[in-house]
Amino acid sequence: MKLEELVKELSLDVRSGSNGLEKEITGGYASDLLSDVMTRSQPGNVWITLQTHPNIVAVASMKDITGVIIVVGREPQEETLNKAIAENVTIMTTPMTTFETVGKIYELLNKKT
Amino acid sequence: MSARSNVPIEGSFQLIGGKFDKAGEASTSLKKKLTEMGLNVEIVRRASIATFEAEINVIIYAAAGWLRYYITDDTLRIVIEDMGPGIENIELAMQEGYSTAPEWARAMGWGAGMGLPNMKKNSDKFKIDSVVGEGTTVEMIINL
Ligand SMILES: Nc1ncnc2c1ncn2[C@@H]1O[C@H](COP(=O)(O)OP(=O)(O)O)[C@@H](O)[C@H]1O
Ligand SMILES: [Mg+2]
Repeated sequence: MKLEELVKELSLDVRSGSNGLEKEITGGYASDLLSDVMTRSQPGNVWITLQTHPNIVAVASMKDITGVIIVVGREPQEETLNKAIAENVTIMTTPMTTFETVGKIYELLNKKT
Repeated sequence: MSARSNVPIEGSFQLIGGKFDKAGEASTSLKKKLTEMGLNVEIVRRASIATFEAEINVIIYAAAGWLRYYITDDTLRIVIEDMGPGIENIELAMQEGYSTAPEWARAMGWGAGMGLPNMKKNSDKFKIDSVVGEGTTVEMIINL
């Protein structure tokens, strides 16, 4: 499934890196602990988190994350968006909780395969 | 090992303590370099995790440091040296879950106590030396 389909289905707000919407999603990982994401996320995953600071861009870029979804209506810091634009990392926001977001993505990905 | 010359490649990046807006830049540059060199993705993945965690530790705990890398035909060697408080009990620091990260770093999602164990797991050879009040040196070797 392409990231843009996910954006449509979940009505996500794309905040940076819209040229990455063409990319394919391999699955997802939800965590707010950055070392955990460094270890367990897989290339092509979407990453669901409530962290909003610039280090999420570095983690996403290091791990070839397809997109970062910031939950519960939290606003990414300005510096985060600047970095994300420069590094071509797709950041999206949603008012939904991690639980709701992950539940929906899980259902969509399993329907597809 | 495609498209690599026999010439050893080396380079370095300066790291500055507390500079969180720059965190990951050294590791990201090294990752790009390794990818461009055509190294195997699994090697790049392991090197990325290990260097990023080491870089973050310098930024959280130390005043300043260096990340140096040396690439030969069969090894990637990464040395991270800092001027910082040092580690009193290395055995304890190596335990998964042990962390003295300050509250502000925890709020950012660091401080899970997984950094040093992950550096060790992702390298073929791992060495850490530390002198309290002087600094810490981590050396990691990944076989290519
Ligand atoms: N470069 C360093 N200088 C001083 N102390 C360090 C350094 N690296 C690690 N430590 C100590 O070792 C502990 C464990 O480190 P680590 O496994 O990376 O976990 P974390 O950074 O999440 O606490 C740290 O909390 C800190 O007390
Ligand atoms: Mg650490």
